[in-house]
Order: sequence, then structure tokens, then C-alpha cells
Amino acid sequence: MLDRRLLFVTGKGGVGKTTVAAALADLAAARGTRTLVVEMDAKGAIAEALDSPPLTFRPTEVRPGLFAMAMNTEDSLREYLRVVARIPLVGRIGPLARTFDFVADAAPGVKEILAIGKVCYEVRERHYDLVVVDAEASGHIVAQIDAPRAIRELVQVGMVREQTEWMLGILGDPAITGLVAVTTAEEMPVVETIELLDKVRTTTEVDVAAVIANRVPPRWFAAADDEVLDALCAPAALAALQAGVGEKAEGGVAAVLDAARLARTRRALATGHLERLDAALPAGVRTHILPEVFARSGGRRVVSLVADALAQELS
Amino acid sequence: MKRLLDLLDTKEMVVVCGSGGTGKTTVAAALGLQAAQQLGGRVLVLTVDPARRLADALGLGGSAGFGNTAVQVPLADSRGELWVAMLDTKAGWDELIRRHAQDPSIRDRVLANPLYRNITGRFVNSHDYIAMERLHELHGSGQYDLVVIDTPPSRNALDLLDAPGRMREFFGSALLKWLTVPYRSKLFTVATKPFNQVADRVLGTRFLQDIAEFFVLFRTMEAGFVQRAREVERLLADDRTTFVVVSTLDPAPAREARFLAEELHRRGLPLGALVLNRTLPRSIRSGGAARAAAGLAELASDPARLARVAAAAHVDGPAAAHVLAETARRFGEVRSAATREAERRRQLEPLAPLVAEAPLLPADVHDLAGLQALGAQVVR
Repeated sequence: MLDRRLLFVTGKGGVGKTTVAAALADLAAARGTRTLVVEMDAKGAIAEALDSPPLTFRPTEVRPGLFAMAMNTEDSLREYLRVVARIPLVGRIGPLARTFDFVADAAPGVKEILAIGKVCYEVRERHYDLVVVDAEASGHIVAQIDAPRAIRELVQVGMVREQTEWMLGILGDPAITGLVAVTTAEEMPVVETIELLDKVRTTTEVDVAAVIANRVPPRWFAAADDEVLDALCAPAALAALQAGVGEKAEGGVAAVLDAARLARTRRALATGHLERLDAALPAGVRTHILPEVFARSGGRRVVSLVADALAQELS
Repeated sequence: MKRLLDLLDTKEMVVVCGSGGTGKTTVAAALGLQAAQQLGGRVLVLTVDPARRLADALGLGGSAGFGNTAVQVPLADSRGELWVAMLDTKAGWDELIRRHAQDPSIRDRVLANPLYRNITGRFVNSHDYIAMERLHELHGSGQYDLVVIDTPPSRNALDLLDAPGRMREFFGSALLKWLTVPYRSKLFTVATKPFNQVADRVLGTRFLQDIAEFFVLFRTMEAGFVQRAREVERLLADDRTTFVVVSTLDPAPAREARFLAEELHRRGLPLGALVLNRTLPRSIRSGGAARAAAGLAELASDPARLARVAAAAHVDGPAAAHVLAETARRFGEVRSAATREAERRRQLEPLAPLVAEAPLLPADVHDLAGLQALGAQVVR
């Protein structure tokens, strides 16, 4: 996965897509890969995950070898007009750019192509060894990565159409570009991931690099020990345990054992969902499992723990 | 403290919102079911994207309930009726066009326009707008006592609140004027000329013409759209409407819920309740449980005392020792998680007049019995 040069990280809202994107970038950078992580929706989630000040269109080096930027379609348009279209004095056409942003809002695919164009441009120019995109959520990702193809169909002539060709070359090359689908081991995220992978494979040229199951509840002990746990929960055993720990812990033994059984149920449900996911995966794609991590809050510490888990899973 | 059921008994529209992955859809359905069963009347749940098994359980499987048609959920032993419908953005848009088009020719040209078909999915947060528009329509139909609406997964929860205003602004915006200039007259003003030159060079003339044609048609419907958007906007702030924010106590959703609650307040929109979903059982945080976990760890390392327990449980000593030691260790992690949840609960509680809670269930909710169990917890 980390051998590719462009990774789009997507997933249903709430599964930890941004954390995983940040962890992938963090891990790659720690291994000496010059990495750029791109925040697509400018909500500040990547900045928070990396514990950096708010990001701008101009990348900042947040750690040695790890750069981060926030996508901004207007800045992307300016850069495009200046660098590619070679339209002079772009800086002086302020109101025009704003108007253009209006067009971008209304016209299908224009915003997407400006964002994806910038990302592909960074890959083509080899400014970084790896570009990790904290992409749109799974409901919108296909519109995003498929923008060059959609635009090519809608726009018959002009500079944009010409530009779509080289972008499609980058996006369609599995040695360069891959999609990483993040999910949790829950019903809806798994169903949505299966539907997404199907849609990505049938409508876009982008290869699926991997599926990452995030926050998978841990197994507390081996299957054989499950029977021991049940035996310990039987009334006579429970009474013996309660007597063994003393009066001060009244009622507590049941609460502790209930927590163990709740953890087991959650694990069993998660395993069922992951089996359904595995059965639906295309050949050559596997699910990487990241265990639930325990940290005081979100942010940098969680990213660091997830990056460690990723390193272990990928080794 | 007030009960959530009382809130459902006094309001006519309930907008269920919150960040993705918090169980919003399930909570909305559970609230609707409780209202129908316990309060009576005709209750409609307008849902966006239910899990397939839940959709099947509600009778929304196959093609039933699509295209915004409501279907009745058969309930045994209920005071009222429960109806469900699925939000269909495309059908919602088509209906708006049919309503606001001034003549059949405009209507047909818009509906047939390839750009229209492409655009309805993305344009001005169209899911959010259609959701609010459907709420208005269903409430206004007089067919239901209560409409509970699940909201689309947004990139930003505020999009929902902003959608009607944006729709209104869109029609009055410079955007439409600029876009339709080349179509309305061939006379380029000093101001539009450079824009069109740049746009021409980048996008090509034909694409711009396609856009312009579409928006010229669209503009003929301005008055109707703007008035309607204003009505929808007013409805959100209406006395008969209440917002229910759903969240888990994980850091990110809790932060989003807090932000949403504050924004609702700032906009003068009525936040009726906060539903904390999938919380860890409170028993985990009891003093007894902590002492028990410590005691179990000790017990596991004391073969003599352990032997008595192992005998009572009919298991062998080393196996019991392993399970008890591991349980005690892991329990510490769970307890920390529960403590952090409690802190987040404490921060969220002052933000809503009513806070309801549904503990983490050992199974996914995918049938009426599951919905009922969840709903009973929430309205308790």
C-alpha cells in the first residue's frame, strides 16, 4: 500500500477516515518517505489529527518529511491559470476568480476536477514520494475521483478537456494510485464499503489498494477461555468470587464479568461483519485490522497509536 | 426531568440530526415507533438511508417506499399508526420542478436537460434542501400528527440548517445573472468580458452554453422557489418543530454534537433533546466494580483462594486464573473509557433541556423488537 504514490483514503462518516489517513502519512514519513497529506474538505480535521496550526493551500512541513495542506479550489484554480494555462496577471482578477468559484459550485465536476487536478499535479511533478488524500466520505468519493472522466464527457473542447488525459493516466495506474477504504466492524459501514468497492471498480479507473477495519473491538481471551468465563458467571461461582474479593466490592464482580461478556458479544458481532466484508472483497484486496485504541481524547495521540498498529499490521 | 415522550407528544415535526455513525437513522425510527405505540395518532418517519435489514423490517424492502411514497408498518398492539418513507432526492427535485414550472414546455425541457439530471445530486446541498422540503410538504399535507425526519449524512451538519437560505440566495445571486448573460444577450459588458474569455479558454464555449441554457430555464421558476425556501426556513424555527441531536460519547461525535447544539441555539432554533447513544453501562464506573476488579486480580495470583472459586465453577485453576487476570486488566481500559464518556456527558448535558441515553446494545438493531427496545430506553 505504501509503495504507491497516491492514496485516496475514504470511508463512511464516523469510521475514523481522517485518523487513518493521518496515521498512514505519519507512518510513511517515519519510514523516510517524503509525504504530503491533503485535507480535502477544509474542516481542519487533519490539522487536529497532526496537532498542527490550521493548514493552508501552501503545504507546511509539520514534521520532518511530512507535509500537510488544505485543498482550496479557488487557490487551485489560480495556480492552474498561472502555471498551466499561463494566463498572466491572475493575481489581479480577484472578482473573476470568485465568479468562477460560483460556476464551480453549480457546474458538476468543476470543483472536483480542480481538487483532483492539484493532487495529480503534485504526483506528476514528483514533489513528494507519496501523496495521501483525506478524501471525501464514501458517499461522495466516486464523484471526486471520477471527475476527470465525467468532465471529459461533459466538456467537448478547451483546456480542461486536454488536462483530463494525463490525470486519467495517473489515476488509472495501479502502480501509482490506490484507494483505501476505511470501515469499522459494524453493519452499516461494512455494507457501505462493499457497495463503494463495487462502484469504484465498475465506474472508475482507480484501483482498490486496501480495506482498513478501524477500531475493531479486541478479543479479551482465546475461544477456549470463553467457556471458563461462562462457568465463572454461574451463580455458585459468582458467589464464590464475590466472597473471594470481599464485601467492599459488593455487586462489583457481576459488573466486571458483565463487561467481559459485553466485550465478547461486541467482538463476535464485529467478527461476523468482517467475515461478510472479506467474502465480498475483490481478489488481491485484503482487510487490515486496527484494534480499538484507548486514549484520553482524539487527536495526535490516537494517530500515533493507530500508526503503530498499522506498522504492526503491515509488517 | 422532562421525558422525551412528552416532547414527542407536544411537537409535530422532529428533526433528528448529528454526525455520521452515531445511529441517527435507528434513533429516528425508534422515536417514531414509540410515539405511534404509546401516544397514538398517525406518525411518519422519513428516513434517508437505513441499513438494509432495518429497511426490510420496516417494510421498505425492494421498491416499496421509494419515490417518497409512505408505507404503513404493521404493528400489533399499538395505539397509533406508524408510516415510513424513504427520502428520494431525485423524485423530490422532479416534484419541485413540476410544481414551480410555469408551463409544461419549461417543465419538460428542464426535466430532460442532461445537466439537470447531473446537477440535482450535488447542487446547493440538494439532499439537505429536499429533506427539509419534504418535511414541509408532509407536515402541510395534514395527514400526520407527527413527522420524524432523519437527516442526510452531511459533510457539515450545518448544511442542513443553511440549505433553505442557500436555495433562496442562489436565485438572487450574481451567479445566476453571470451564468445567463451569454444566453440572454450577445452583448458582453466590460465586467463580464474577461470572465467569459477566461472561462471560454478553460472550459470551452459549448459547456458554458449548456450551463447557461439550463439556468435560464431555472430562473423562470425563481419566484416559486424563493417563496417556498422561505416557508421551509420558517418551518425550522416554528414552535411545532423540535430538533433532536444524536451523538455517541466518542470524542469526535461529542464535539460535533456540542457544536451543533450551540449553532441551533445561536440561530434561535429549538433544540428539544440530546440523545446519547451506545454509551457504556454505568455499572462499570461503580466503586464496587473497581474494587472487584482489583480483588479479582489478587485472587488470580493466589492459588489457595483461587482453588475454591475454580471448584465452585467446575473449571481448572490455571484457566480461571488466566481469565480473571485478563478480565481485571482489560476492565481497567473499559473503566477509563467509561470515565472519559462521563466527562463528555457532563460537558454536553447543559446544552439541551433534555438528555436521553441508550446504552450500547449487545446486538445491531435490525427488527421492530430491537427498535422497540432502543426506543424504550431513549424515552424512559
